[in-house]
Amino acid sequence: MTDSFTINVDGRDIQATKGQTILEAAEAAGIYIPRLCHHPELKPHGSCRICTVIANGRSCTSCTQPAEPDMEVQNNHPQVEMWRKQLIEMLFVEGNHFCPFCEKSGGCELQALGYRHGLTATQHPHLFPRREIDATHPDIMVDHNRCVLCGRCVRASRDVDGKRVFQFVERGPEKRVAVNSDAKLSRTDVDLTDKAVGVCPVGAILPKRQGYVAPVGAREFDHTPIGTSVEGGNGSLEV
Amino acid sequence: MIEKSLPESVGSICKKYKNSPDRLMDIAIDIQHAYRCVSPEVQLDVAQFLQMDVVDVQSLVTFYSFLTEEETGKIVVRLCNDVPDKLAGSEEVAVALSCELGLDFDETSEDGQFTLLRTPCIGMSDQAPAVMVNEIIITSLTPDSARKMARQLIETGNPYKLVKEFGDGRNSNDLIKSMVNNNLQLRGPVLFSGPVTGRGLESALKQTPKDVRQIVKDSGLRGRGGAGFPTGLKWDFTAAAEGEQRYVLCNADEGEPGTFKDRVLLTEMPELMFEGMTIAAYAIGASEGLVYLRGEYFYLKAFLEHALELRRKSGLLGKNILGHDGFDFDIRIQLGAGAYVCGEESALISSCEGLRGDPKNRPPFPAQKGYKQCPTSVNNVESLCAAARILEHGAEWFAGFGEARSTGTKVLSVSGDCEKPGVYEIPNGVTLYEFLDMCGGRDAQAVQVGGAAGHLIHPTEFGRRLTFDDLATGGSMMVFGPEVDLIDVAVDFLDFFVEESCGYCTPCRAGNVLLLERMKRIQNGRGETGDYEYLADLANSIKGTSRCGLGQTSPNIVLDLLRHFRPLLESRIGDQDRNLRASFDLDSALKDAELATGRKSVHNQEGK
Repeated sequence: MTDSFTINVDGRDIQATKGQTILEAAEAAGIYIPRLCHHPELKPHGSCRICTVIANGRSCTSCTQPAEPDMEVQNNHPQVEMWRKQLIEMLFVEGNHFCPFCEKSGGCELQALGYRHGLTATQHPHLFPRREIDATHPDIMVDHNRCVLCGRCVRASRDVDGKRVFQFVERGPEKRVAVNSDAKLSRTDVDLTDKAVGVCPVGAILPKRQGYVAPVGAREFDHTPIGTSVEGGNGSLEV
Repeated sequence: MIEKSLPESVGSICKKYKNSPDRLMDIAIDIQHAYRCVSPEVQLDVAQFLQMDVVDVQSLVTFYSFLTEEETGKIVVRLCNDVPDKLAGSEEVAVALSCELGLDFDETSEDGQFTLLRTPCIGMSDQAPAVMVNEIIITSLTPDSARKMARQLIETGNPYKLVKEFGDGRNSNDLIKSMVNNNLQLRGPVLFSGPVTGRGLESALKQTPKDVRQIVKDSGLRGRGGAGFPTGLKWDFTAAAEGEQRYVLCNADEGEPGTFKDRVLLTEMPELMFEGMTIAAYAIGASEGLVYLRGEYFYLKAFLEHALELRRKSGLLGKNILGHDGFDFDIRIQLGAGAYVCGEESALISSCEGLRGDPKNRPPFPAQKGYKQCPTSVNNVESLCAAARILEHGAEWFAGFGEARSTGTKVLSVSGDCEKPGVYEIPNGVTLYEFLDMCGGRDAQAVQVGGAAGHLIHPTEFGRRLTFDDLATGGSMMVFGPEVDLIDVAVDFLDFFVEESCGYCTPCRAGNVLLLERMKRIQNGRGETGDYEYLADLANSIKGTSRCGLGQTSPNIVLDLLRHFRPLLESRIGDQDRNLRASFDLDSALKDAELATGRKSVHNQEGK
């Protein structure tokens, strides 16, 4: 019995192996499925929903759904594209994102997804939540205004760093990332070199004293859209 | 002094549950009862006793609405604010309570005596308006009786003294002693047909587990929580999955607004439910079962536990049940703490495991990896009761009621504008016309089938049938008379979903807030024609991408209004030719400037 089989993504047959998710199989074949909470070194979370595809007629997150033989997947599809734009917009308006002067600008995955999907302004009203900044730690700061609740820090700290510094608290729109201490970040055992600090896709967890390291023009997504490394092409941003 | 003795007592509470992190729900609930909060300091103690991270304790405590970090008053008055309660006058009751207690909602009195809160549906929509006073349920309030109740509470400080007369049936049982009424309007042929005999279990134990599953499959029984998955098939999957241990979980967390039928089943025939669980355990090979009882039904807990104790004494639970060698099974009751999403089966499992009630990613499904990573069958109270009857009377008997693909009966919770609210057991397949005739819902402008997560049905569609393939319902049926403002209803429902979303996934967490914002604009006469398309796209996105049933159904009310009640929306969105942005509220935008300059804006000055 072979563990390799074929699935079809947007009319193209690709190989998948047992245990692979749709996202992994697509990626191995050079097909980029947009995603935000997913990180290849962390356990899938399935919370941002941006990697939603239609598989065998039903919507599911490709980061959590195992590939199955003869699966028909729609990734480049008007319905899916509309959903993704909506989700990216929702993430922008539910937090306070100030791209022009954010240290992460140009290297921010949320911003890059916005560009990739051609978003300029959002149709949704900004919710302007009141959120906290935790600058108590000597080397790291957490700005909840820019947090997208992807849970990468929670998973990385628990599963990679073995520390469990971060965890979700509250629920619904009040949900936020808290730290494991009786006070703030300075009272945890987090370190600048922790995976949890490095995996933040946005500017919510930042090393102190390192702002704007790369100049405009040399930042990760300045010339090619997010996903280019998967697609292998020389994609350029449509302006 | 009290502070000094605190950690000790918290310690003994933890010890009662063997310092086990997977019993954190029980521990937190007991601490809340004892100290009226689970404060950050206490969380540190709990973390130490349970040898877990304090942030994980905080994660659970801040998730459930019956657990608080700040100390509540000695008496917590929770007014149910679901739609049927509002239709029955709960807002007038709110004013009365607020005046008499001298408190705003979400406020605790300075002397620490009272906290006044609103709470989503507490399962009393048929005897609304209702409040919970600590764990005591007070029903059918009027502004006058609410005032009297408040005065009495101030005088006696004892909520138990509020209950003067007990409700019907077993509500007067020594272990319940509640004023709640069953309102059992129609006893159908399956569940409420006669006494609980125990013959279902006897018959099951005479057959192989596989045969039992086959009988349930042959009966056509589908899950009564609303999703309609075939119960026998679920048992097959659970039995076939690999695992050291298997579990039966009974979902008694009916939180869908307007649902209360499980309340009556739990009160009148818990024996049938326990029998169904025991049959399920035998059919799938489980040795442990849990009933997840919603926190609002705490008043039934002692009664249910006593019923379990009686079963243990009669050999219906425990080792070698009914002398059947090697069949060991027991049940414990897991209390919830105010979270609608825990009615979702994987969230229910999270909660049973001592975690926040986040639903889990699927696959794996609970039948493969559920409670404690073991194969688990989660079944609704009503499904388990029906299974017991099926084993007693046979698959064919059961399939003789209802329709081909929706066999048997369904228990409905009927509330709103009708003459006879209450519980009805009807054969599947009844039309809405027949239903309205039955409950006396004359002049209904719409019926909400399946609760807030269900569908708003227009009179032109009252010929539709209550079946799994047409109008599926977990049981909630709200009748809306001609006076009801359906836009208000939609805003109330969305408010509820925003409040109850677990916040895990983007569309449900953020999208429902945006839906609510736009519907509120329309409610306030500030809608625009562009809102139709905006709402349709947003609703479609939330439905299409949400992770669990909550977000997959919360936009239904908006989509139903758009599809079937367009003239109503149009009448509210108003004149399109003004060429003005109706959504822009000039008065509120100028408020700060008016305050600063000390004069009214020109457009507000006299003569303009």
